[in-house]
Parts: sequence; C-alpha cells; structure tokens
Amino acid sequence: MEAIETFINHYNYVITIFLMMGGLYIVIARGNMVKKLVGLSIFQTSVYLLFITPAKILEGTAPILDPAYSVYSNPLPHVLILTAIVVGVATIALGLALTALVNDAYGSIEEDEILAKDPES
Amino acid sequence: MNGILAQLPILQVVVPLFGALLAAFFRRGSTAYVVALIVSWLMPVISGLLLWQAMTTGPVSYHLGGWEPPWGIEYRIDVLSGLVLMLISAVGALIMPFAWHSVAAEVDADRQSWFYCMYLLCLTGLLGIAATGDAFNAFVFLEISSLSTYVLIALGHDRRALLAAFQYLIMGTIGATFYVIGIGLLYVTTGSLNIADIASRLPGAFVVQPHAIFAALAFIAVGLGLKLAIFPLHVWLPNAYAYAPSVVTAFLAATSTKAAIYLLIRFAYGVFGEAIDFRTLAIDEFVMVLSLAAMFVAAFVAIFQTNVKRMLAYSSVSQIGYITLGIGMANKAGLTGAIVHLVNHAMMKGALFLALGAVVFRIDSVKIDDLAGIGRRMPWTMTAFTVAGFGLVGTPGTVGFISKWFLVIGALDDSSWLLVFLIVASSLLSLVYVGRLVEVIWFRDTGPAAARASDPPPSMLVPTLMLGAAVIYFGIDTTWTAGIAERAATILLGGRG
Repeated sequence: MEAIETFINHYNYVITIFLMMGGLYIVIARGNMVKKLVGLSIFQTSVYLLFITPAKILEGTAPILDPAYSVYSNPLPHVLILTAIVVGVATIALGLALTALVNDAYGSIEEDEILAKDPES
Repeated sequence: MNGILAQLPILQVVVPLFGALLAAFFRRGSTAYVVALIVSWLMPVISGLLLWQAMTTGPVSYHLGGWEPPWGIEYRIDVLSGLVLMLISAVGALIMPFAWHSVAAEVDADRQSWFYCMYLLCLTGLLGIAATGDAFNAFVFLEISSLSTYVLIALGHDRRALLAAFQYLIMGTIGATFYVIGIGLLYVTTGSLNIADIASRLPGAFVVQPHAIFAALAFIAVGLGLKLAIFPLHVWLPNAYAYAPSVVTAFLAATSTKAAIYLLIRFAYGVFGEAIDFRTLAIDEFVMVLSLAAMFVAAFVAIFQTNVKRMLAYSSVSQIGYITLGIGMANKAGLTGAIVHLVNHAMMKGALFLALGAVVFRIDSVKIDDLAGIGRRMPWTMTAFTVAGFGLVGTPGTVGFISKWFLVIGALDDSSWLLVFLIVASSLLSLVYVGRLVEVIWFRDTGPAAARASDPPPSMLVPTLMLGAAVIYFGIDTTWTAGIAERAATILLGGRG
C-alpha cells in the first residue's frame, strides 16, 4: 500500500524520470540524426518538468499580490525554465541546420552510412 | 570606487555581446574583423583591472540591476575567476591578429562576418562563466559558448567538420542538461541559486536530504565532465579540434575546456566541499584514477596519430588529465598544480595550434609526412612549436615543468610514491609523440609539400612567437602564474587545506 501511495504522490516525478531516461535512450540508441535530436529534445523537456513540478504549491495561485490570496506558486523556476526553453530551441534549431548540411554533404543522415563514406576518420 | 570602474564586471560580458551583434550587422568580413579586433583587445584591459582589484581589495561583487544577492544575479570576481578571465581574454586578444589571414584562407568570404560574430559570442560565454556568481546564469553562459562553438567548428572546410560539430552538439547538450538537473536538485534542497549562498546553506540541507545532494553532485560532475572532456567523456574532442578552422582549434584548446574546469573547481571546492568530505566517499580516488587513465591512454593514442591536429587533440585530453589529477588530490600543492596547469596548458596548446595554423596557411595540410623537414622552411614558427612541445613534456625551463613540479609535490604530500612515478612515466609518453614530431620537423629531408613553405606574415608569426616566449618566460618567472594560483588554491581550500 505504502509503495502505491508513494507512487501516486510522486507521479509527476515518475513521468519526469520516464521522459528523461527515454529521451537519453533515444539519443544513444538511434543512428538517425533527426531521431537523435528528437530524443535530445525529449530529454531536455523532462528537465523543464523537473523544475516546474516543485514550483507548484498546493492551493497556490499565480504570484500576483492580492489581498484575497495568501499562498502563491514560486515564480522563479518558471522564469528559469523560460530561459532553458530558449536555449533548447536554439540547440534543436542548430542541430537541424547541421543535419541539413550533413545531408547536402553526404547524401545521408544515418550515422553508420556517413561514417562509411569517410573511411579514415 | 565609482563611474565606469564599478561597472567592469558587467562590461566584461556586455562588450563582446554587443560586439557580436555589431559584427552580425556588418555583413562585410573585414568590418566585422575590425569590431572583433577592437573588442578582443579591450577585454584584457578589463580583466586585468578586475584581477588587480581582486588581488588588492578582495572579491569584486556586482549586483545586476541593483538587486541584492542572493535574490538578484551576482557577478563575483575573486582571485581564481580573475585569473581565468585574464587567461581567456589574453588568449582571445593574441589570437585575433592571427585570425585575419588564417580565416581568410580557411573560411568562405560570405561567412567571415558570421565567423567573427560567433567568435565574439563564444568569448562572451566563456568570460561570463568565469564572471558570474550565479549557478543558473553559468548554465546560460555555458550554452552561449557551446552553441557558438558548434557553429565555429562547423565552419571548417572539411565536411567531417559538420559531423564533428553535430557529435559535439549532442554530447555538449547532454552535458549541459545534466548540469541543469544538478542545479535543479540543489535549488530544491537549498532554495538558492547564488553559488556562495548555496555553499552556506548546503551543510544544513545535507543533514536533511543527503541523497538529493549526492545526486546533484553526480549530475553536475558528469555534466561538466562532458564539457571539459574528462576521460572517458572526451570522444567529441579529437574530431572537433581536428576539423575546426585553425584559429578556432587554438582558441578552443586554450580556453573552452578551461572554463568548464574552472566551474568544476568552483563547485567541487566552493560548494560541495562545504558539506561532503570527498575522502570518505573515495571521490578523490575515482577522479584520480580517471585522470591517470586520461594521461596514459590518450597520450598512447596520440603517439599513433598521423594527423598532427588530432595528435595534439589527444594530447589535450591527456593534459586535461593532469589538471583533474591535481583537483582530485585536494591538497594545496595539487590544487595549485591544477590551476597553474590550466593556465600553462593554455599557453602551450595555444602556441602549438597557432603554429599548426601557420602550417595549414602555407601548405594546407597537417599530415605528419607532409611536415617532413618543414623546420628549415619555417624556422621561427617551428621554433615556437618545438618550445611548446617540450613544454608539454615538462622540460625544466618551460611552464610544463612548473605544473608538474607542483603536482609531484602534491603527490608527495599524499605520500604516494606510485603517483609520483606515474606522473613522471606519463611525461615520457608525451616525450614519445613530441619527439616524433621534432624528428620529422627538423631532421628529415624536406619533402615536396614542405618545400613550398615559408614563415607566415608577421601578423600570424608574432602571436605564435609571443605564446612560445610565454612558455619559457612563465617557466622561469612564476609570480604571475603559480603565485596567483597558489593564492587561489589557499582561498578555495579555506581551513581545510
């Protein structure tokens, strides 16, 4: 019973860890450059959840001062994650641009095929 | 203190950032170059003033937007960060004159303004890492420098540069994300993002949630380990260095891994050291074993490389091993050795890669066979190359000797004769690859490729020679390197040294 209760109380962390490991697995296991970037994106997104989850306070409202409310959510993690999202977008955009250039140069985005075309590296 | 002097810490970051914007607006490569040149020559002045302030009046604290720390972002420059700032900006300033001919030869004309834009962004990021006192702000700068680095590498002429950049992008992003996860765990447990504030709250939080803090330590150490290419997380480095434009290789080898090492030292000693005794967990031994593996395996791989750029890239992995070895020793002499080697290695690899850049400029090849007898054709360049090469080995009279001297003393303080033996033995391995290069360059008959070569124009030769001269000068007068490093190590170890 206790295990189930812990699981339900922390289900958001379970989802976060699942996405984190899933994303990382895709990055490592897939040779297709676009799929690698998809995995990377999932991995990064899980971290957004990791930050946002503890910022939510039960019964808390948006952090705008108002006499009617006394409990607020923590705004700082949201701001941090806005920054992290920008970094993530830039990373994926650059990764896709590089993938397009690799496709022009090699005619493929499969890592094993590309490596076979440059035997000495 | 008032006026512009009080704003120095933020100018350190804002000047290159706006320089990058300007460089992007001027679509002409030559105009962008002038912007980059002015900015990179301004930086050492600012860093020098900051380091001087940190040395004489203690840490410089700057509150962004007037918000008091720990709520606002604080820029904090102490002796260690001042030294790293000085190193990065000095290398950046030295490399810029070299860049003019080298970039013109290696990067397409319509991309040159973007090259300088990216170079300035990279400078912004690296300087920001050293200047900031905020853990999350450090992540943003880490990513600014990394993203611009991926672009700089991808600008290399060889199509393999694209692959190297992509590989680095994947590994670097995983590293940065690990770092943010670690910061998230620290934030949840301590409620702060200011590095000094985290450090003061950590012992209390450690009593309540030791596991979360261990996890944070693991994530931050592995994340930064990826960025600084600690063995065995170094696989991105050889290709990235080998196929990037020559100027970029010299700049990266001298500065970018160093900024990540700085951050690791900051977290290991300035934050986690407050709560966790590394010795009881054998973390120090773990780091030392990895460092020794880097020193031997990477040096061994370097011996068999035929591409000289790749050879020196593997040598970088092995030299980073010395730095992390000193960090792992966790005593004063060892940590001093690590910090001083951080600076010294930058000079040596800067000189080596600039000299190689001159070779690429003349004969467009870095194959070891094409370098046969090139010493007689490019005597000045190759003299700087050889001096820096012997520095890597640790010859007395060069900076490499100073670093190894401190590391050996650190090993003796641990009364570990085995470690002393291994440090000396790995130097012999570096003697093998440096010796191989020296033999080819000076004692072989001049080959057909090298016959076309001659010393490069002064704008390329002078920076190379200056770094080569620095390898000898700072090997004799160590006031500015080892002296400052020792002060920084004493502060970091606090009462625990």
